Amino acid sequence: MALKLDDVQRAAHLARIAVDDAEAGAALAQLTRVFGLIEQMQAVDVTGITPMSHAQDLVLRLRPDVVTEGDQRDRFQAIAPEVEAGLYLVPRVIE
Amino acid sequence: MSNATLKELSAQLAAGACSSVELSHDFLNKINDLNKALGCFITVDTERTLAQAKAADAQRAAGRGGPLTGIPLAHKDIFCAQGWLTTCGSRMLANFVAPYDAHVVERCNAAGMVTLGKTNMDEFAMGSSNETSYYGPVRNPWNRDVVPGGSSGGSAAAVAARLAPAATGTDTGGSIRQPAALTGICGLKPTYGLVSRYGMIAFASSLDQAGPMARSAEDLGLLLNVMAGHDPRDSTSLERPGEDYNRDLAKPLAGLRIGLPKEFFAAGLTPDVQRAVEAAVAEYKKLGATVIDISLPNMELSVPVYYVLAPAEASSNLSRFDGVRYGHRAAEYTDLMDMYKRSRAEGFGAEVKRRILIGTYVLSHGYYDAYYIHAQKLRRLIARDFTEAFKQCDVIMGPTSPTTAFRLGEKSADPVQMYLSDIYTIAVNLAGLPGMSIPCGFDGGGLPVGLQIIGNYFDEARMLNVAHQYQLATDWHQRTPPGVQ
Repeated sequence: MALKLDDVQRAAHLARIAVDDAEAGAALAQLTRVFGLIEQMQAVDVTGITPMSHAQDLVLRLRPDVVTEGDQRDRFQAIAPEVEAGLYLVPRVIE
Repeated sequence: MSNATLKELSAQLAAGACSSVELSHDFLNKINDLNKALGCFITVDTERTLAQAKAADAQRAAGRGGPLTGIPLAHKDIFCAQGWLTTCGSRMLANFVAPYDAHVVERCNAAGMVTLGKTNMDEFAMGSSNETSYYGPVRNPWNRDVVPGGSSGGSAAAVAARLAPAATGTDTGGSIRQPAALTGICGLKPTYGLVSRYGMIAFASSLDQAGPMARSAEDLGLLLNVMAGHDPRDSTSLERPGEDYNRDLAKPLAGLRIGLPKEFFAAGLTPDVQRAVEAAVAEYKKLGATVIDISLPNMELSVPVYYVLAPAEASSNLSRFDGVRYGHRAAEYTDLMDMYKRSRAEGFGAEVKRRILIGTYVLSHGYYDAYYIHAQKLRRLIARDFTEAFKQCDVIMGPTSPTTAFRLGEKSADPVQMYLSDIYTIAVNLAGLPGMSIPCGFDGGGLPVGLQIIGNYFDEARMLNVAHQYQLATDWHQRTPPGVQ
């Protein structure tokens, strides 16, 4: 299945990465090469195989529902691009 | 002193022959002399390093030191270290001073080890040559026109050039083993889950694993003893009793069964690498091992499977970089969507964007089953091949990389060529097995060749024993690059 420019632009939008037409075109050429490699997988029949999502097939642990972290707001917000009164600032989304 | 092993440095510190401050000064001076040419370190902070060294000396003076107290080491810049710039090789984190320590860093600090600096790496660990770093390439100490491998290229080159006695690395598809092979040092990727991923900037969480890089198998074990251990803050960290990974170093190898997968010696392997690996296997036979021909029939699928699963996980993991809470924010934007898009377009480099796009595509509606789920099923087949193989042998051996180090720029135009340089390492990550690389010779141009040793789950002590016995019989691991003493 051939990848199209639309597919690249759609993926870039979903991934929230700005691409202009020239960048999308260049990405298309590279991604077409990569998907040529990836398509090799389709030759193998995997009927009846359970997907493997984790190396040890572990069951996730539960932990007691207790507070383990204190308030670190000031420390974490010290490295934020823009904060005010303990809030992260972003462009207005609700008019 | 900078050519000594961790074990020798430990003995010197214990005997009072040198102090941690003197030792750290020594390495910092060497870094100062050579870092401009080699590009191993992104950040060096003399004051912080010497303060830590002073504290280590005080600890030893008070009789509270452990074996590695006062020994300097370098951390890959993927590990958060409180107060240190932690860039992950990216413009996205060019201003990110970590507010906390990764578990690995915390454990090294608790052992009294001294942080020499943060090492260069492929951006977000995505690369096999260290050329995708925003902070410039790393050059191979054996020949400055060739790459050191990646993604832990700065750590590998620093150890090879003796700018650090040891370093931390991470390995998602070969990022410890391949640079170790290409720079003539030793590197170990432990069983998935042995070392906590807390504070290690995530690339592909089901594959990422941290491990030690050093000059000898024995040193790897000493550092792994510090790095490994349960951490409740990483939900995939395994709860296992602590062990001394060097406990079996002295065991003789008589009766060891070495599996040689035919797929590791097929087309694509360069003759010089093949010769060196075969010579290493011959050495093992002299040490009493027997060799068994095995097959990993699905191994050739590991590269395509990896380039679905790792980008899929990366596209999700890297969605956290949005220019809101930390990291790069574009200077100009029209609205929130534009701010996200521009910040990420500016903050990420070409390879990282490529992988995010692949991952986003394979996870998107209509393609998820055909790509992502299909790849997860093949992952199981690849893992099963190893389970079958380990019924016949104790360890698996082969080349770490199909070639020795290649020239800067040689593979950067074609991502697929670059991806294929991890053909022998990726399957190990997919299966979650431990793997290591040790030096086993040189090609005709004087560039190092790495021998890969793959063990069964939790068999690190045996792998270190196997590597150590070889290193008692050979001296490849003691060779130094031209001009390095």
